[in-house]
Amino acid sequence: MDSHAAEFVVAARRALADTPLQAAVKRATDTAARKRDLAMFAAGRDYGEALRQQSAAARHRALSQLPDLLEQAEARLTANGATVLWAVDAAEVCQHVQTIAAQHGVRRVTKAKSMISEEVGLNDALIAAGIETLETDLGEFIIQLAGEAPSHIVTPVIHKSKEAIRDLLVERLDMPPTDDAGTMARFAREHLRAAFLSADMGISGGNFIIAETGTLCLVTNEGNGRMVTTLPPVHVALVGIEKVVATLEDYALLTQVLPRSATGQALAVYTHMINGPRRPDEIDGPEALYIILVDNGRSAIYGTDYAEVLGCIRCGACMNACPIYEATGGHAYGWVYPGPVGAVLTPLLTDLQEASPLPYASTLCGKCKEVCPVDIDLPRMLLDLRRDLVNAGHTPWLWAAGMRGWSLAARSPRLFDAAAHAARIGQRALPDGRKLPLGPLGGWTASRELPRIAAQPFRAWWAAQEKAQSHDDEP
Amino acid sequence: MDLPERPSPVGQPVALFVTCLVDYLFPSTGVAAVRLLEHLGVTVRFPAAQACCGQPGYNGGYQHEAQPLAERFLDVFYDIPVIVSPSGSCTTMIRQEYPRLFANDPPRLEQAQAIAARTWELTEYLVDGLGVTNLGLRLDAPQTFAVHDSCHGLRYLGLGRQARALLTAVENATVVPLEDADECCGFGGLFSVKMPDLSAALLRKKIGHIRACEAPTIVTGDVSCMMHINGGLAREGASRRVRHIAEALADGLPERERDGQPRR
Repeated sequence: MDSHAAEFVVAARRALADTPLQAAVKRATDTAARKRDLAMFAAGRDYGEALRQQSAAARHRALSQLPDLLEQAEARLTANGATVLWAVDAAEVCQHVQTIAAQHGVRRVTKAKSMISEEVGLNDALIAAGIETLETDLGEFIIQLAGEAPSHIVTPVIHKSKEAIRDLLVERLDMPPTDDAGTMARFAREHLRAAFLSADMGISGGNFIIAETGTLCLVTNEGNGRMVTTLPPVHVALVGIEKVVATLEDYALLTQVLPRSATGQALAVYTHMINGPRRPDEIDGPEALYIILVDNGRSAIYGTDYAEVLGCIRCGACMNACPIYEATGGHAYGWVYPGPVGAVLTPLLTDLQEASPLPYASTLCGKCKEVCPVDIDLPRMLLDLRRDLVNAGHTPWLWAAGMRGWSLAARSPRLFDAAAHAARIGQRALPDGRKLPLGPLGGWTASRELPRIAAQPFRAWWAAQEKAQSHDDEP
Repeated sequence: MDLPERPSPVGQPVALFVTCLVDYLFPSTGVAAVRLLEHLGVTVRFPAAQACCGQPGYNGGYQHEAQPLAERFLDVFYDIPVIVSPSGSCTTMIRQEYPRLFANDPPRLEQAQAIAARTWELTEYLVDGLGVTNLGLRLDAPQTFAVHDSCHGLRYLGLGRQARALLTAVENATVVPLEDADECCGFGGLFSVKMPDLSAALLRKKIGHIRACEAPTIVTGDVSCMMHINGGLAREGASRRVRHIAEALADGLPERERDGQPRR
């Protein structure tokens, strides 16, 4: 998928003016954040916090031995009858899937939700190759119908109102008009049922791979995941190389925090643990199972200061908690992963300079870290990315010059004092309530008064007090 | 955050790190902090060589520009046993970010870690450091307050209960909740200059909650949030204001301990 992260500021401004979008995103994120808090701390705050810290430790454990775990996972998955393929980049993922499709004579594909397939642009590649490709997660189904990209990694259609979805289904699929969400879902379900039964291949993502058992784990809520992974004769799963966990025990921890953090559920409706294709004595399941382990920029993050972000389990809690995400929705971020984790991942997985607005799209309020089920220090990484941008010269020269001037003045109290004094005189010419037409503070004063510089700074007051004191002390 | 083992500040003189915003924009906050500390019998010093902690540049990614200021801070405050600051945000800079800034400079790192352990945010110093909640303050007339939690204080330093406890203990003061008190006001330092529209969207939500709050006075631990929210309130023509916790508390000092305000 192409990145439009460079246009964040303009896209955010557009989003702020989009009233229906504002209402839809606020309602959805508020609800999700509230349900997350209830679910995470249902057994008390200490219990929930302990679960977070243990989950963080499980992810650290996995990342610290990632190369070994990947080899172990490959061996176990293969022993379980799966075919493991490795893909360095987006093109290789699409190539692998097309090759598999050709081998099995695939013409129709059903897909369960997979953010990595968005990352590599798989749908476009398959459709261009003449393969009918249908998203079956309700949200993704709607997005695909609308020709849009997901705006949230868990609830992709969070930006659309019920009315907008109704209009889309009526217009594109001749749905009899209704305002009842349940009726709309049933209509989509009928539509999808035929596709499930006629698909030649199912494509899913993967939430975890357990290295010690060679198990592919998926968490879904709509049942489409089970249809996609069991009905067609071929199942292909695209899984990022960072999704490996060491043990069943670690998985057991993570599978508690993932649904709690994502949707406020103690357990997702469907928790899949797939241990290979159908065996001779089994009646269900695909004949062939392919696991494509996708790098696509991840190994370049591994071993850097940003490796911690590979611990992300894609729950979306940081998006639901983030005041910036709430104000802009997901599309403004311009690539696959929005919100705080997107502001870290996009510069790392695409291009630092192109994505340069994203690390600055944060007040560093810290909520993303607070709600992260694996305690990823996203604010720290946003700060480090800003540092990298500055050091690489990817920030405006005016800012760089301004910061150099500030640094010089601020380290000399006398110079700083003189600058403040000059600014105060300048400020006298500016009556209260005046908006500055331009300059760096133009935007600030559009909706805020500037504070007045004090006639007597604290340091001058202190000096005067001390002087008075010493006079008092004189005999 | 994991705090290093902290030496008790009880009985020690205090050096005030006043912060540049308080120094030049809101000196009365610094005066209030001094008066409160003196009220408790604490000896207060003000190292005049202090400057900005470097946070504006550091948070913008300009670490090279922030570093000399951080070094200056370490030099000025190195020999001082207790440092108190009326800002959760600047305290976070010193406690959490200095050790990161000097991670590859062992001598400086050692200084930074030592100073981190000796630096306190004002309300934290009073409640957790001195173990005092009731400062023996009394307001002339009943007043109702609500607290806005500054993000840095709340999520980086674990503050919030301290301010509420201190205010609740003041005679004639009542503390009521503020809706979404823990939501960011949208300031974010240079963020509000770089992305002013987005910042203003967050500010509008904060102001909406403040207007709906029954307390006429909102109290916070950072003058940066105060400056931002009051800037918005003034622009909207609203009469409510945010005050720094030190000033709200200092109103409860005995008359004779309150005089000597700086010239406006």
